[in-house]
Amino acid sequence: MTSPAKGAPGQAGAILALTGPAYLWLTVAILLPLSAMFYFSFLSEAPLAGKTGEWTLANYRAFFEQGFYGTLMLRSLRLGAEVVFWCFVLGFPCALVLAKSVKGRWREALFLLVILPFWSNALVRIFSWTMMLRGNGILERAIDWVVPGRFRLDIMFTYEAVVIGLVHSYLPYMILTCYISLQAVQDDLIEAARSMGASRLTILRRILLPLSLPGILAGVVLIFVPVIGSFMEPRILGGRNGTFIGTVIEDQFTAVFNWPLGAALSFIMLGCVGVVFALSRLALGRRG
Amino acid sequence: MRAFSLGGLGRVYLVLVLLFLYCPIIVMAVMSFNESQFYTLPVKWSFKWYGALAGNERILSAAANSVGIAVLTTLIASVLGTAASLAFFRYRFRGREVMQLLLFPPIAIPWLITGTAMLLFFFWIGIGRGLHAMLLGHVALALPYVIIVTSARLKAYDPDLELAARSMGAPPWMVFRRVTLPFLAPGFLAAALFAFAVSFDQFVISYFLSVPGTSTLPVEIYTAIRKGFTPEINAISTIVIGFSMALLLGVARFYKFGGERK
Repeated sequence: MTSPAKGAPGQAGAILALTGPAYLWLTVAILLPLSAMFYFSFLSEAPLAGKTGEWTLANYRAFFEQGFYGTLMLRSLRLGAEVVFWCFVLGFPCALVLAKSVKGRWREALFLLVILPFWSNALVRIFSWTMMLRGNGILERAIDWVVPGRFRLDIMFTYEAVVIGLVHSYLPYMILTCYISLQAVQDDLIEAARSMGASRLTILRRILLPLSLPGILAGVVLIFVPVIGSFMEPRILGGRNGTFIGTVIEDQFTAVFNWPLGAALSFIMLGCVGVVFALSRLALGRRG
Repeated sequence: MRAFSLGGLGRVYLVLVLLFLYCPIIVMAVMSFNESQFYTLPVKWSFKWYGALAGNERILSAAANSVGIAVLTTLIASVLGTAASLAFFRYRFRGREVMQLLLFPPIAIPWLITGTAMLLFFFWIGIGRGLHAMLLGHVALALPYVIIVTSARLKAYDPDLELAARSMGAPPWMVFRRVTLPFLAPGFLAAALFAFAVSFDQFVISYFLSVPGTSTLPVEIYTAIRKGFTPEINAISTIVIGFSMALLLGVARFYKFGGERK
């Protein structure tokens, strides 16, 4: 009963009974909605309330004809790249210290502390930054306390505020993925390199970075994709400067009610993410 | 022995990163206990804003909705997800790999797209928006996590243990209660807590599927933030984040994030 059976009678029925409900649910709530969205993106108007849309490529054409959307897409891609960059710069050393220099109970406790915010409410964490960044907020007062004077930070509702909030949101992902792959690097390997006279920088460059590349890349993907699709973070921290492709898509669904255009923009966004990853894969492949 | 020690510098750095991660949350929590609504310092401690919450019908009903949906999501996703992972564990069949691959779109596609697609499709076929639509969406998002977590635990399971217990004369129910269940329980519990957290903290999907008047806590908080800052939001946010973190500590208790202890 417990060993994986092969071709046992009644097996097909059992498989269907076990996997059917879960996959039916996923079909109704994920696959069909995405397919419907793809269908809508080729219609002139949403086939709701008795209207019928006609087949058209106008929604996709709008993206290429109106420079506005392209500019925002580039702005979102830049935001994604910047957030990924800072997450790596801040997160990799942190993962390195955790994996290779702290041991035992301490490591466990610190690791838990780092990933504790990882699953807690993203919205609330973004909101908490408004306390820090707003005019006369904590950060400004802290600076004023250190350097008294008329120095004004004035960072709330700017592009930088959005970057700070997003880095805060996604940093634990990068630490987590880097930590997992760094932990798998054998200490003997590092010892061997050192005994042969390799400096720390060499060990980092020739052993630790290449061997943890899969973890770094996993972190990059896990951060880049949701950042490109973010809309709540730019709205709260970016204010009027927080217009990105994600907020424009949200507008199409909640304010403008041009669902076909929103659908087309969503798939263009997915396409752009795909192209970015294909290109970076090509670049990485060539180097190796 | 430390393989790649950065000495005291490493520790200092770690503390700085932790400061960056926790500072805003701590500030928010402290401010929720501040009597002044303009966040003036020094803090005058008071439970005023928590008291105000108790009289806020909107927040209270949203909180009830959040907990209700999260509990239902946990139950449904745990049962359906565990069943599916049992099938993957016990049988090798055609399409198995494809089915496992299908678990990734809900995780990998930005929630903005999943959420708007659900809104569009549910509206189109007449399911509409509201709590039932949110439940439909939350379960779908939680399912892949449940299947992945329980599968990981099942993979580590050695059926020979059962065989050994049975060969020593244990009756089947005893084998199940003393061998199978204790081994698998942490995995199932972790999966259930994951499902609860996915639902309880979910904002984007709920945002698109909520109707004015009936929403969940994160949606209500978002609406309040956009209207303006008040310490009342700090109070409810502090409760939410404290609750989420306690939940995650629960997950960590049953599911090793940091790899095996050495």
